[in-house]
Amino acid sequence: MQAVSVTGLSRHYGTTRAVDDVSFEVASGEIFGIVGPDGAGKTTLMRLLAGIVTPTSGGAMVAGCDVVADPEAVKQRIGYLSQVFSLYRDLTIGENIDFVADLYSEDLVRAGEAKARMLAMTGLAPFVDRQAGRLSGGMKQKLGLMCALIHRPTVLLLDEPTTGVDPLSRRDFWRILADLPSQGVTIVLSSPYMDEASRCHRLALMDHGRVLAVGSAAELAARVSGQMVEVVTPDPRGALRVLEGLPGLLSATPFGDALHVRLDGDDAVARVSAVLAGAGVVFSEARPAEASLEDAFIDLVGRGETA
Amino acid sequence: MSEPAPAIVVRDLVKRFGAFAAVDHVSLSVARGEVFGFLGPNGCGKSTTIRMICGLLGPTSGSIEVAGLDVRTHAEQIRARVGYVAQFFNLYRDLTVYENLTFYGGVYGVPRAELRSRVEHWCERLDLSRYGRVLSGELSTGVQRSLALAAAVLHEPAVLLLDEPTSGVDPIARRAFFDVIGELADGGTSILVTTHVMDEADRCGRLALMDRGKLVAEGTPSEIRAMGGTDIWQVSADPPSRALTLAEQHPGVDAPALFGTRLQFRVSDGTTAVAVAQWLRDQGVTCDEPRPVRATIEHAFLQLLRRDDGDNE
Repeated sequence: MQAVSVTGLSRHYGTTRAVDDVSFEVASGEIFGIVGPDGAGKTTLMRLLAGIVTPTSGGAMVAGCDVVADPEAVKQRIGYLSQVFSLYRDLTIGENIDFVADLYSEDLVRAGEAKARMLAMTGLAPFVDRQAGRLSGGMKQKLGLMCALIHRPTVLLLDEPTTGVDPLSRRDFWRILADLPSQGVTIVLSSPYMDEASRCHRLALMDHGRVLAVGSAAELAARVSGQMVEVVTPDPRGALRVLEGLPGLLSATPFGDALHVRLDGDDAVARVSAVLAGAGVVFSEARPAEASLEDAFIDLVGRGETA
Repeated sequence: MSEPAPAIVVRDLVKRFGAFAAVDHVSLSVARGEVFGFLGPNGCGKSTTIRMICGLLGPTSGSIEVAGLDVRTHAEQIRARVGYVAQFFNLYRDLTVYENLTFYGGVYGVPRAELRSRVEHWCERLDLSRYGRVLSGELSTGVQRSLALAAAVLHEPAVLLLDEPTSGVDPIARRAFFDVIGELADGGTSILVTTHVMDEADRCGRLALMDRGKLVAEGTPSEIRAMGGTDIWQVSADPPSRALTLAEQHPGVDAPALFGTRLQFRVSDGTTAVAVAQWLRDQGVTCDEPRPVRATIEHAFLQLLRRDDGDNE
């Protein structure tokens, strides 16, 4: 069963095509990521799926409801966590949850049980009486997540949920998300971070309002053109200068103690090694490497490829 | 520039707020032309350290030298040799890109004869020219970050301090940003950069990890990755969430985490990855043969900052 089904969805603002003829499907229980550069249309797409923004054309079914014909029903069935913290700073954690439960007219007993369960799950129980405005970034995100889940939505929409959040809090946040699919919750999230994207079951790569590719992180990485070579060297930038202008060079990115080279054609390792050795660049190793999701992203966006 | 290396020397730095030691006996040095990455969870003391290096905040004890000068006695001279990009956009939102750059160039004493050509150079290099007459408040996050960087380097500082300069910025813009940082380092600028994005940490020449006011690790990206341990494994598992829950209960399994349908975990105490996979199968989880995973900076970060209470606030 598809939890989200998007068909030819577009939203224009004047001559800007914020979302441009987008189609994809998300299966029930999937964690689906939407990744793309600044201004790709990720947030507009999330708002379209939430029934907050009306499409210019096309449509989407979300949690069994039509976002065009019945956007109010969509809002009842989904949880939506926006980029900006939007709960009451002067209410405590407990009061914020109660307030949201009340807005959704949740049964008091059931909401109480859900609240206790989620406080335990997020580790926020000891802080239930703390004002929301006095929480750390990671705790605010967890509170936002609880409020988005209190009415037991079947689809959860998260817009860049962990931007600016440190790796420890991010790990905790993802630990909570990991249990939701088995409880019947489908997750659609947007992110500018590739390490976060790699935690999703499947991804849509977005740029200029269009979806360029859909697949798992491994499938997208496999679509990168050329061969990847990792050169381990104390002078990655020196190695970069030597390789610039090498025929077939697709990209070269210096890291702290390595240079990642993507080269068109065969024998990439041998060719890179020969050029570096000929120029007297010191390197301990040149070896074939796997393309990362970031390589895939940069390659696909650079090519403007369509799925 | 003819300063002797290193460009930043921090010795036994302490900053207390009441009884709380935000920075607790920290020592580090950044060489000329080095890109030094400064990692750590929120609230660990990174930003406080950076503000002290800038001279915006006085230390409780310890010393800081920037470009050979003591921050306590030469705050004004140091300000002229340091560029600082704060975590939040702090240029004038109601000025255009050109107006902001001209203003900051003037504040930092860039000679009038050179100001125009430097503004043009950096607008060109950071792809800002097409936004020259746009109000800064109307720019996207990524472009604002580029503008903040341009404003911080106009006076050709010897030391550049960047506090989460790419938070919320997409991979293409981040790669371009780090290309520019690399060029500045090639030119001799010393760069101290904080980040939560671990693939960005890999682009630094050296890294330090801070936690609860103290430095807990320092080294090249390879050295830090090595601290993340070697016994990390991955299996494809179905259903993944059940595999995760089971792995968490298995003795000798550490730090299990899901990446899509792949489960990553460490093993210790005599457990083997093969035994864990077999146990998952016995419990009805479909899973393939375990493959070793190369430790990333993020693995190391989480390993070095292990928390048993699950609460890192």
